[in-house]
Amino acid sequence: MSHSADSYYVPHGSHWPIVASVALTTSVVGAAMWFNGTGSGPMVMLLGLAMTFFMMYGWFGTTVRESLKGMYNEQVDRSFRQGMMWFIFSEVMFFAAFFGALFYARVLSVPWLLGEDVSTHLTLWSGFTETWPTNGPNNVGGEFQTMGAWGIPAINTLLLLTSGVTLTISHWALKAGDKSKTVLWLAATVALGAIFLGFQAYEYIHAYGDLNLTLGSGIYGSTFFMLTGFHGFHVTIGTVMLFVIMLRANKAHFTHENHFAFEAVAWYWHFVDVVWLGLFIFVYVL
Amino acid sequence: MSHEATHDGHDDHGPAKGLMRWVTTTNHKDIGTLYLLFALVMFFIGGAMAMVIRAELFQPGLQVVDPQFFNSMTTVHALVMIFGAVMPAFTGLANWLIPMQIGAPDMALPRMNNFSFWILPFAFSLLLSTFFMEGGGPAGGWTIYPPLSLQMGDGFPFMIFAIHLAGISSIMGSINVVVTILNMRAPGMTLMKMPLFVWTWLITAYLLIATMPVLAGAVTMLLTDKFAATSFFSAAGGGDPVMYQHIFWFFGHPEVYILILPAFGIVSAIVPTFARKPLFGYSSMVYATASIAFLSFIVWAHHMFTVGMPVVGELFFMYATMMIAVPTGVKVFNWVSTMWKGSMTFETPMLFAIGFIMMFTLGGFSGLMLAIAPADFQYHDTYFVVAHFHYVLVTGAIYSIMAAAYYWLPKWTGNMYDETLGKWHFWISTISVNVLFFPQHFLGLAGMPRRIPDYAVQFADWNMISSIGGFVFGLSQLMFVVVIYKAIKGGKKATDQVWEGATGLEFEQLSSPPPYHSFNEAPVIK
Ligand code: HEM
Ligand SMILES: [Cu+2]
Repeated sequence: MSHSADSYYVPHGSHWPIVASVALTTSVVGAAMWFNGTGSGPMVMLLGLAMTFFMMYGWFGTTVRESLKGMYNEQVDRSFRQGMMWFIFSEVMFFAAFFGALFYARVLSVPWLLGEDVSTHLTLWSGFTETWPTNGPNNVGGEFQTMGAWGIPAINTLLLLTSGVTLTISHWALKAGDKSKTVLWLAATVALGAIFLGFQAYEYIHAYGDLNLTLGSGIYGSTFFMLTGFHGFHVTIGTVMLFVIMLRANKAHFTHENHFAFEAVAWYWHFVDVVWLGLFIFVYVL
Repeated sequence: MSHEATHDGHDDHGPAKGLMRWVTTTNHKDIGTLYLLFALVMFFIGGAMAMVIRAELFQPGLQVVDPQFFNSMTTVHALVMIFGAVMPAFTGLANWLIPMQIGAPDMALPRMNNFSFWILPFAFSLLLSTFFMEGGGPAGGWTIYPPLSLQMGDGFPFMIFAIHLAGISSIMGSINVVVTILNMRAPGMTLMKMPLFVWTWLITAYLLIATMPVLAGAVTMLLTDKFAATSFFSAAGGGDPVMYQHIFWFFGHPEVYILILPAFGIVSAIVPTFARKPLFGYSSMVYATASIAFLSFIVWAHHMFTVGMPVVGELFFMYATMMIAVPTGVKVFNWVSTMWKGSMTFETPMLFAIGFIMMFTLGGFSGLMLAIAPADFQYHDTYFVVAHFHYVLVTGAIYSIMAAAYYWLPKWTGNMYDETLGKWHFWISTISVNVLFFPQHFLGLAGMPRRIPDYAVQFADWNMISSIGGFVFGLSQLMFVVVIYKAIKGGKKATDQVWEGATGLEFEQLSSPPPYHSFNEAPVIK
């Protein structure tokens, strides 16, 4: 290797970024066509997503191979770490937009519709008397029931909190150099994530089938499904990433002091966990 | 990829050949060049739209385009200029300059850097493609307020996704900037030794990472309101269209600072060089930038004074907005003090920098007028606002980018640009831009609304004058292209220091043009 540990490292050129741009664009063009009711939309979108997976496999694969060859020095490792932290920060802000919408509706706009803002109430919706949870003065989406907090959501809270613990145990095992224990506890974490998703899917079926609670159930349904939906999407990504990390741990890709990928995924998982706590409190309990 | 087997490290030997060099590059200078050229192209596309707007407004009545198309011109002009021209231009400058100024070999995450750039052409192709769809391009204003924006035709989801893609590009670009600055500084380059351009970009990148996801959330809610039956912005379902405005401007106001902070950094580099004096009040500049960034998060509703807000809200946002003038004033004071008793010369970069200081400050003053809530009831949505933001954006942000291009072109290319042509470019631009935008203050105060293709006859004279200024300004930008082209092709060789008074690693330790990888070993910082 021509690189000593303390010289600078700049990776050579790569085709993957341009593949990534094409893949992303194809996916969103497909999605947009789908929204517009163009028949081939879903196919184009699937093609784009397939390209995205191919790209991720290739790009991350290259990175993994380079890392295994020992091409990355400490500075590169720090760049990766800091990059991941800022990425998670941007994700926090993404969720903040939807939490903001929830708080705004509950604290400001629904009370205004109820008459605190007298003119709107009097001129447009004088008959409106509902408080949160509501689907608005037009009863958009029809009567619905809300999701109770102390059934599945409470169980899901326990599942995610436990998964945070199992992941930490796995991390300790990794630091202690115990491969089989690392993999085992990672597998437990993946399983907890998967069970969480199963319950979530069940909850959605229950909401649509029995409670008439849908994405179209006014502002309650909108905030409920967008928040839990984006969260569930992040849990899905997190679970897949944990699974990949498990495979890599099994192949002994990580050493006790060098395992950035493991830690990055762990941070991500804890982030998803914390978002869920916010959801549990503000969407389900309160 | 197959060539990996043959390469083991990186290409130490300079750029690859051919087109693929630009597509697969991980070099900060190549990527910086791509960003800058892209920005230049978008500047002319957006500029062409502005010419259509000014042609239609040349006279009262409807002559050139139909109202729907006119509205899509104002909308897409703004989107293209903000997200396609100014932001990529600043990112291009960041790519070129930050590694050189902090003594790093390259950006921290070079492949992601390539990705950040190459999303952009796709994003803007999507945006512009909406013009060819059923219903035409977006015409509800760049702020895409619902419910109006939801009435767009087939182009709607394409526009939303274009914003998503551009946002992903900005977030990745910003993560790269922050990590580069925090992790790649040469030993001895402490935070308080960094050039102000680096500082302002650090803070800008932070603002971007914090606010672009919020914009993504806002436009995602628009998308589901239109296609997935949600009611975020519909009062009938318990939502509120005003909520969109709050979320949008929570992004939008920090965004306007994203468009100006790097400009502050550029001017803080140029003024000391041509005044031949160190910058006055370096640390106060850093703290002023940080406080502007902080305040920019708590002033957003000054864009919404007339929309209906509790009186305490109006007052809070009014006073908070006025507070921003304090750190901004500190900056202007420092630039002027830097020039005080300096031995000044007026090469083109300095002319643009001084133009910036004067005209940006003028835009700041009209901003202060707009910040007075009761007065804004008169000014809001009139040409006064248009005049305000064009003073801060054209004679502010764009002037700083021009100044930067003239200032660093000799460093980048190794050739001096054509000084005579540069001076002509400055003077014609500066005269015409004031003919273009100054009368818009009068129009606005007299009550002419913005985003309207036709107007009452009493506004005719000033509009015609404004349009003439606009055409001259538009045409004179072709000179800029000639200057750049000539400097790339050849010309008088630049020295390594380029300017007599220039300081900083890029002028003191690197040749003109600098080597492909700036610093293979960490430079010594005095
Ligand atoms: C002293 C600093 C500033 C103050 C007090 C200020 C204040 C304001 C206010 C109150 C408005 C809303 C006017 C209305 O719609 O009625 C406004 C609009 C605007 N400002 Fe500023 N501003 C300042 C600096 C800037 C800077 C530095 C930029 C960008 C570089 C900027 C860009 C804009 C833009 C783009 C709009 C119009 C947005 C739209 O409605 O489309 N402003 N400003
Ligand atoms: Cu603002």
